[in-house]
Amino acid sequence: MSSTSSERGRATYTPQEAKYLAAQEAPEFQELRRRYRRWVLPVTAAALAWYFLYVALAAYAPGFMGRPVLGNINVGLIAGLLQFVSTFGITALYVRFADRTLDPISTGIREKFEEGDL
Amino acid sequence: MTSAAATDAATVLAQEAEAVGNPLLNLAIFMAFVVVTLVLVLKASKTNKSASDMYTAGAAFSGRQNGVAISGDYLSAASFLGIAGAIALTGYDGFLFSIGFLVAWLIALLLVAELLRNTGRFTMADVLAFRMRERPVRTAAATSTLVVSFFYLLAQMAGAGGLVALLLNINNRGGQSLVIAAVGILMIAYVLIGGMKGTTYVQIIKAVLLISGAALMSFWVLSRFGFNFSEMLGQGAEAGAALEPGARYGISGITRLDFVSLSMALVLGVGGLPHILMRFYTVPTAKEARRSVVWAIWLIGLFYLFTLTLGYGAAAIVGAERISAAPGAANSAAPLLAFELGGTLLLGIISAIAFATILAVVAGLTITASASFAHDIYAQVIHKGNAPAGKEVRVARIAALVVGGVAILGGIAANGQNIAFLVALAFAVAASANLPTILYSLFWKRFNTRGCLWSIYGGLIITITLIAFSPAVSGTPTSMLPNVDFSWFPLSNPGIISIPASFLLGFLGTVTSKEYNAAKYAEMEVRSLTGSGASRTALEH
Repeated sequence: MSSTSSERGRATYTPQEAKYLAAQEAPEFQELRRRYRRWVLPVTAAALAWYFLYVALAAYAPGFMGRPVLGNINVGLIAGLLQFVSTFGITALYVRFADRTLDPISTGIREKFEEGDL
Repeated sequence: MTSAAATDAATVLAQEAEAVGNPLLNLAIFMAFVVVTLVLVLKASKTNKSASDMYTAGAAFSGRQNGVAISGDYLSAASFLGIAGAIALTGYDGFLFSIGFLVAWLIALLLVAELLRNTGRFTMADVLAFRMRERPVRTAAATSTLVVSFFYLLAQMAGAGGLVALLLNINNRGGQSLVIAAVGILMIAYVLIGGMKGTTYVQIIKAVLLISGAALMSFWVLSRFGFNFSEMLGQGAEAGAALEPGARYGISGITRLDFVSLSMALVLGVGGLPHILMRFYTVPTAKEARRSVVWAIWLIGLFYLFTLTLGYGAAAIVGAERISAAPGAANSAAPLLAFELGGTLLLGIISAIAFATILAVVAGLTITASASFAHDIYAQVIHKGNAPAGKEVRVARIAALVVGGVAILGGIAANGQNIAFLVALAFAVAASANLPTILYSLFWKRFNTRGCLWSIYGGLIITITLIAFSPAVSGTPTSMLPNVDFSWFPLSNPGIISIPASFLLGFLGTVTSKEYNAAKYAEMEVRSLTGSGASRTALEH
């Protein structure tokens, strides 16, 4: 992704600006952004799709949702509780991913950036 | 409790038809909460001097503390009294609120909290204005912050009025207005004396009380049914709380669509609620912001699981007819359930918790609204970042007074309005006017000032227009103005139109303007993902 193509009327940058532009172009940073986005964007999309599927079933298939499974516990209740399970699960997985994968890369970039090595 | 004792309780209740429990006891327990929190707030006031102290408590809270405070800021009277009542009266359809309110937090966790913490310092506008033309964007962001906070405040204050009717046995409007004013004055005191630190303490205490109160009641309810969840559901269903969806939203094609529209606003609104966003600035780093949201998700999720037991339990034990007949109707389900379980003492405790809930939420909203006015409008737009030293904090304090005054007057006027409707309105505005610009700003390189302005103002105007001409405002017996009819928009919830429209306007505004600041975008992106140069303490900048 070239970042300056659509900018007009600016040939020079202050040292501070140049520093951020260079950091943005750095391979480590590109890697961090790629990994972050590749995780959060599909997972958010999937979570929203699952939520709206649930909403659509509740709105347009109440008969299916009302089908009893165990005693008075029906499909709708289980589907609702599964929304809790998926929310808790995604939360736990994201924390693991961010702590193990994102934090080491971003800490490295921050340290290099603050020392002016990037 | 034996059935004979239950009958006794019912007789007692029938004898004093207007009030249950002992208003003096309710008041005494609530006053104890006020005294304890005021002492803490006074302690916090020693370090409430700079703008950073006032708005973000010097960014010195830990992720866990902030997570508990977030749940205290988020779980409002609408969540506690509103959802328990909705489940008790309509069954499954009430539970749908719980799910939307929880799943919404994934957007805050995955897309917003950490990036926002790294990029901004005090307000939502800090992030939106970062790489745009500052003054117009800040003005727009502050406007939508004030609108969302205002509707949310109205809902809470109106809820306070309804609660008083039930708990303090004050049935005339004048008396209720007086109590709304007292709640407002207390909230202003918390904010002025304790700033964000004091407010955070209040929210933490309230969260602990609310969640343990709900846990205690759920346990108690289940014990009545031999810990047989299915049995409790069955008895709740016999009393009228349906087990399958549709009792409330399944009536016609319009109500179904209305429900889908409401669900959109709920799930996309949280990431745009300014008082929640501001809480992410009270921790020192993005990692702590992540921890905050994780704590908040667990606590909020746990609480919403309890609402299921509280709702069906209230239907089974109290019964739908008694709930509907009580002053405060659906909102009285949880307090009446407390009375049935633990008599006047538990009712007193639960009532005090409900009041504390309202107080903590309105204090958080007041801080957010006053910070947005003082920091965005006064310091940045009017003084272009060069406000006289110390002046910004003074303006913030005056703004808190004004916001508090408006909230009191608005709350008195809105007393008796449907709380859930007012909260849904705040969510719809947040999802339409705020979330699209936040996401575009953080994730779309090309996004610019025009896109930002079109999306915020467009989202605001469309949402409010559609609501003004919806059946929620006029034309039906349950409308805000039941005697006139100027509605032409069929849905009570505008989200299904206003949210996509706002995303589209943001896109169209952006592609029709050539503005793009590569250097600022680079700075924002590097900062947001790595925390380089992010404000960590009050000393920077």
